[in-house]
Amino acid sequence: MTTTTTNVPVTGAVGTSYTRVEGRDKVTGAARYAGDVPFAELAHGWLVLSTIARGRVLSVESDTVRAMPGVLTVLHHGNAPRVDGDYMGMLGRPDPIVEVFQHDHVPFVGWPVALVVAETSEQAREAAEALVVHYEEEPHDVEFSSAHPGIYTPDGSLVEKGDLAAGLAASAHLVDEEYTTPEEHHSSMEPHAAMARWDNGRLEVVDSNQGSTWVAQELAKLFSLDPDSVRVRSEHVGGAFGSKGVRVTQILAVMAATALDRPVRVVMTRRQMFSLVGYRSPTAQRVRLGADADGRLRALDHQAHSLTSTVHEFVEGSAGFARPMYASDAHRSVNRVVRLDVPTPTFMRAPGEAPGSFAMESALDELAERCGLDPIALRARNEPDVGPVSGLPFGSRNLLACFEEGARRFGWADRDPRPGLRRDGRWLLGTGVAAATFPVIVMPSTAAVTAEADGTFTVRITASDVGTGARTALTLLAAETLDVPGERVHVRIGDSDFGPAAISGGSMGTRSWGWAVTAAARDLREQLALGGDIPPQGITVRSDTSAAVGTLAERERHSYGAQFAEVAVDITSGEVRVRRMLGIFAAGRIVNPLTARSQLVGGMTWGLSMALHEEAIRDRATGGHVGADLAGYHFAANADVPLIEADWVDDPDADDPVGIKGIGEIGIVGAAAAVANAVWHATGARHRHLPIRPDRVLSAGAPAAGDSDA
Amino acid sequence: MREFGYRRASDVPGTVALLGSEPEARVLGGGTNLVDLMKTGVERPGLLIDVRELPLDRIEVSDDGGLRIGATVTNSDLAAHPEVRRRYPALAAAVLAGASGQLRNMATVGGNLLQRTRCGYFTDVTKACNKRTPGSGCPAVEGEHHNGAILGATEHCVAVHPSDMGVALAAFDAVVSYETAEGTGELPLADFYLAVGSTPHLETALPSGALITAVTLPPAPVAAHSRYRKVRERASYAFAIGSIAAALDVRDGVVHEVRLAFGAVASRPWRAREAERVLTGGPATAEAFAAAADAELAAAKTLPHNGYKVTLMRNLVVAMLTELTEPTEPSEPTEGAAR
Repeated sequence: MTTTTTNVPVTGAVGTSYTRVEGRDKVTGAARYAGDVPFAELAHGWLVLSTIARGRVLSVESDTVRAMPGVLTVLHHGNAPRVDGDYMGMLGRPDPIVEVFQHDHVPFVGWPVALVVAETSEQAREAAEALVVHYEEEPHDVEFSSAHPGIYTPDGSLVEKGDLAAGLAASAHLVDEEYTTPEEHHSSMEPHAAMARWDNGRLEVVDSNQGSTWVAQELAKLFSLDPDSVRVRSEHVGGAFGSKGVRVTQILAVMAATALDRPVRVVMTRRQMFSLVGYRSPTAQRVRLGADADGRLRALDHQAHSLTSTVHEFVEGSAGFARPMYASDAHRSVNRVVRLDVPTPTFMRAPGEAPGSFAMESALDELAERCGLDPIALRARNEPDVGPVSGLPFGSRNLLACFEEGARRFGWADRDPRPGLRRDGRWLLGTGVAAATFPVIVMPSTAAVTAEADGTFTVRITASDVGTGARTALTLLAAETLDVPGERVHVRIGDSDFGPAAISGGSMGTRSWGWAVTAAARDLREQLALGGDIPPQGITVRSDTSAAVGTLAERERHSYGAQFAEVAVDITSGEVRVRRMLGIFAAGRIVNPLTARSQLVGGMTWGLSMALHEEAIRDRATGGHVGADLAGYHFAANADVPLIEADWVDDPDADDPVGIKGIGEIGIVGAAAAVANAVWHATGARHRHLPIRPDRVLSAGAPAAGDSDA
Repeated sequence: MREFGYRRASDVPGTVALLGSEPEARVLGGGTNLVDLMKTGVERPGLLIDVRELPLDRIEVSDDGGLRIGATVTNSDLAAHPEVRRRYPALAAAVLAGASGQLRNMATVGGNLLQRTRCGYFTDVTKACNKRTPGSGCPAVEGEHHNGAILGATEHCVAVHPSDMGVALAAFDAVVSYETAEGTGELPLADFYLAVGSTPHLETALPSGALITAVTLPPAPVAAHSRYRKVRERASYAFAIGSIAAALDVRDGVVHEVRLAFGAVASRPWRAREAERVLTGGPATAEAFAAAADAELAAAKTLPHNGYKVTLMRNLVVAMLTELTEPTEPSEPTEGAAR
């Protein structure tokens, strides 16, 4: 795999590439992850998960395993410390899985039914595997489809403008298709892990999360503790992608540390992650598009279906994708959901936009074919002046600039639009394109910047670097504002004692934290400009962006992108290989091109993986997964990933005080559609169901007669 | 994970004596499959006998032009051996198509033959599986089986054998040598794996307490013109959904000799003897290749989600035999995706 990443100077100016500040620690192993930090007297907890999909626990035969070597305790619903899950957290009501071991109900396969704690991890594991749990089993339903009788429309999930039926009736060209995406998993490289201990009346948790303030606040509420008496730290995080919020690892570590009065660590296995950290719901999406002869949209209808658990409502908002994207006389989008006996899904990289863009951007490609229009021209024809549904003015919107630059670099102008014409040996070749968008959001944050007596600066903020390079970006932003080289700035993150701050999620981290760090650094610099010595304890200035965030004018604020892909398809074996990808993005101000490019390439790689590989298989009979490990759950391996280029166009927004839009999610959006559209261009067969597996390519057969000379 | 003993074997007689006296012992080669299965509780041996230091790591050319491959030869060494690459290029290619460089450095020839299926029901102790727990049922038949067997399977088990190496060995009439406390023995690969029947947990004809010592390839001039192709759901690091080892000798447009074996279609590497019979002595044309594939696959029994394998294998037979009739120099076997 190669990217266009160029050489890496270390000047430290915002907008020039800067090596990840903790990179050396990470590659030498000096960086400690949550499962690595040593503690004296540490005990180890091992999860025992339900093997039934619905019912209740009758008994946990803990006496036998309590006698096994090293076993300290077996926690379960009959003896665990009590918690109170009836609270409002940062993201609303928590998933009731926070009330783990509080009752005997089992709502899905993989629900925690016991935690075995022992002196060593191996002893805990052996005892956990020996633990016998008796259940009363009830019939379950895990079968998702858009036709499920339990489908309902949650409040506020329908958005309508104009007369859809009239628009469709008046259209010269129609597309009406269903697109599906499977259950997909984050599978961060670092599994979820948490250590909890009591230290002089304070609860300390060493964790791997996307927001240490967030986790600390939720634990305080759950365990009815004074918020100041909870400290959560998360210095290094080996990937998160939406899965690392409050999870049973932290809760059970606290319960066990409380019960045993010693430090306890709980680490998930890869297989346990498949049922305990959330995932992306499968989707079934009906898209109806109606257009005039010249491709102007008269009607756009996006009906997205997803699933959630029986205990909590999480809606994968796929149908929101087109709301800010395309002008249409009639515009309707709705997200519907069905409750099944499965774990609760959650946010996963570009929640909503990732599956939503696959359906809508595939449908637009089909419409372009029907209209006889170039797919880029079709999108340009439907470019809106204001928010198509909201009517609000846009912040910076440079979607067409992305297409123009991308088309130039990809060589799009030479493309013959007809499918099934190009061949290289046994491979049919094709190219595809799709658009991307993701909302720009911001959350209030606090930060502190200290001028130290030795001439360096220390930034403290409860940011979370989930591997994105956030720590490095904040270093650059502080250095720029303080007008000092990056080496003189030390950024400390991932400690709830630093005060409230945004989470790493929704592509809002660097935008939200950067605002607070810049504000504090600016005030500090003004103070320092007054002159005077710096005392031994330094001079610290704090910021809080709560008020400033509230004054942002209401706008359609989004990042955008144009995704291009070239694929090779062997229709006799079903193999699909992506030969190259190019993504051009308009994502505001890019703080560190080096790590930004990594993030965008990472997102595009995941989009490739989503298009061709990723799929969790649920077994109807047991309600659990089949092959829930990284041998069974395929994602793109190195050999699948070709030359991927990511770059960006200028995207200034005079109206925005930060200018940073965030790049965490935009890279995956549209990428799967670009690949699928390229597969159509190669073969003449539309693939509306992901992943585009060999068996599906084989079943789709050869290019239609007349479409091809191949 | 159960606590287990560990012994490092230093000679073959001592190893088979120990194997014979310790019913809970398992032989540890590279550990690339056994250790994974121990972690998930599928295998729970009481004792591991590490055979990697046994003097079974040589590849010898026999006087008649065949090869004798020691059981502890690593996959990497096997694929790199000049005589393997020259005499049996499909074998080198098959080995390189499997796993990753790191795994091939560890994995042994004996272990490769004895690796277990990757069927998702077999590897998950919370689920029923006749192969793991006899009599518990085969949920794959009604459940997830898109990589399930189409040949030789029964309602008791539809798992496929995962080996790439074994497919090439099957094509070239390999013979497995073993030793027990009672003496030595040999099993042709064709008889090495048992039919599924109603006992999918009984996988090989090896006597209890046997140690595989070598795999012998008889001389086969046709094998010098052979290839292996593997189709999988990503370009590397995945097991086959269909693979083929093929060797072809065409004289004056007539098939003089042909070898065909399929992977990922059955509980064992599948020698396509019916296809070979149909082809031998007939024309080397695409139509004949397709007819031979159809003859072999006439016995296929498909389930709702694995029927594509019939099309896939038919296409692979035609493509591979067609390639082998083309007057191009066979390329050196290499790892990696076609680009």
